[in-house]
Amino acid sequence: MRQKIPGLLLVLFWASLCLALPAQQIPVTAEPAAAAIAPVQAVKAFDTPNDKGRSITVTWQASSDEAKGLVAGYEVQRSESSQEGFADIGYVPFGFSSYTDQELPANGKDYYYRVRAEGLKGEEAYSQVSGAAQAREQWFNTMRANALFGTVLFILIVIYFISKAKKGHHLFIRKIAGLAAVDEAVGRATEMGRPILFVPGIASISDIPTIAALNILAEVSKRTAEYDTPIIVPNRDPVVYTVAQEIVKESYNQIGRPDAFNHDSVFYLTDNQMGFASGVDGIIAREKPATNFFLGYFAAEALIIAETGATTGAIQIAGTDQVTQLPFFITACDYTLMGEELYAASAYLSRQPMLLGTLKGQDWSKALIGLLMVVGVVLSFINPALRTFILKLLEVG
Amino acid sequence: MKRQIPLMIVLFLGILLTVQFFIPSNSSTVFYQTVIQWYLIITGFTIILAVGSLVNHHNLKIRRRKEHWWNSIATITGVVVMALLGILGKIEGLGWMMDLYRKLFKYVQAPMDSAMFAILAFYMASASYRAFRARSKEALLLLISGFIVMLGVVPFGAYLWRAIPDISEWILMVPNMASKRGILLGVGLGSAATALKIILGIERSWLGGGGK
Repeated sequence: MRQKIPGLLLVLFWASLCLALPAQQIPVTAEPAAAAIAPVQAVKAFDTPNDKGRSITVTWQASSDEAKGLVAGYEVQRSESSQEGFADIGYVPFGFSSYTDQELPANGKDYYYRVRAEGLKGEEAYSQVSGAAQAREQWFNTMRANALFGTVLFILIVIYFISKAKKGHHLFIRKIAGLAAVDEAVGRATEMGRPILFVPGIASISDIPTIAALNILAEVSKRTAEYDTPIIVPNRDPVVYTVAQEIVKESYNQIGRPDAFNHDSVFYLTDNQMGFASGVDGIIAREKPATNFFLGYFAAEALIIAETGATTGAIQIAGTDQVTQLPFFITACDYTLMGEELYAASAYLSRQPMLLGTLKGQDWSKALIGLLMVVGVVLSFINPALRTFILKLLEVG
Repeated sequence: MKRQIPLMIVLFLGILLTVQFFIPSNSSTVFYQTVIQWYLIITGFTIILAVGSLVNHHNLKIRRRKEHWWNSIATITGVVVMALLGILGKIEGLGWMMDLYRKLFKYVQAPMDSAMFAILAFYMASASYRAFRARSKEALLLLISGFIVMLGVVPFGAYLWRAIPDISEWILMVPNMASKRGILLGVGLGSAATALKIILGIERSWLGGGGK
């Protein structure tokens, strides 16, 4: 027993040493408290301008810690009271200093906002509560006042030239080669005993180039009715198909040849873009039209159909407002209506004074815009600050 | 009367939608959305007419044994089969039909689309050949500028002469952009004028009457 006591004491000493040492060597310290983060300043809430209502925009000055890279983002809170009841409504990451609260429960009611800045380590800092803000619906979009002014001015110019045309003033319209060739193109098809192909683009009826193309179709189909030349009008859009059919039918009626109208000459192909291109290619290869009209909105299929047409030796008259497709048409077609020429076609072909008046108004508006551009450039050179002002003036919201 | 009613509808809705553009209020937005919905509904009905037209057109070709009439059989078969598979495939227990529909779309229609699109590359080559034949001063100018632009976008251009990419960029950003903007300006005014002519009933070609 006497021999065991020193050993036992040694073990106890060693054990107590082991237990005591870690406490001395690795002192346990308390986790440092999260450092405070600077809150955002100047929180403002106001009715979102030029909207349909039930929306308030909140803006603030970023936390001063954002520049130090300590801020993760901002949580925007809303309440119907300035004292309590704030609830999270939206989060924006750092770098943003505004938030639009949409779909509010009601217009004309007071709402209060505050912003909680959130740090990268979970720190939080609440801003002061904003003043009361009410959402209201607006009845005029002030950001579009410039567009309204431009529209009214344009309408007045057009009306002036229409009245001038009605009084019998001669309005000079320059020769447009592509349109001057329409009669020749229809005549050639008649002589060759071959049909005319008219493709009114691939867009829907709500696109202006399609409407412009249909206006030209009316004039072309009148000529085909006169000469008794078959016309083929394949369509990609169902609505355009029904309108095109009515237009061709009415043109034949107007010429006094309703019996010559063939319902099957205006038909629907497919709404698939490449399927449509393939279908038109097939028609060109089989029917070998003497004249091809490609007028309206075109995309990637423009070159496919125009090149196929070029291989058959047909006269090709194309026109689009798509600047990316114009080079293809210029390359593959005999005549190309560029941009506004497409819209001028109806007036040019019908020679109605009222339509020519609108064309003249269009030209004068363009001259006015050109003049304004020159004045703007000169003013920008004189004072660079004016450049920002002019750009702001032209901005449409 | 047949012409007056459409003209009145166009005038009324045209003015209303123009005014709507400047009014952001809730009722104005709802009105605009309603018009869009009506357009979609009308489109839905015209699809029926369009399919009728398609079937009738090809049916006539088959009956009259026109050139390549057998292609029309393939078209009508395709329309009927895809429509049946798409409609019946929704019925419980006939899911295999929907699978077949998807497979036909993925393995037949999509590759055909791609093949057609790929043909564009060959047409571009033939069109470029025609465009770059220097038969006039304009064509020569096009050839030179096209050549510089092409050289400017490949490393070989910079290897030949360090300034080529800059010249290429200048051609694209100055004369090319200026002409593009000129065309777009005309297009914008042309669109507005066309819309105005139709709303005011000056342009009646779309009625087939040419305003007379």
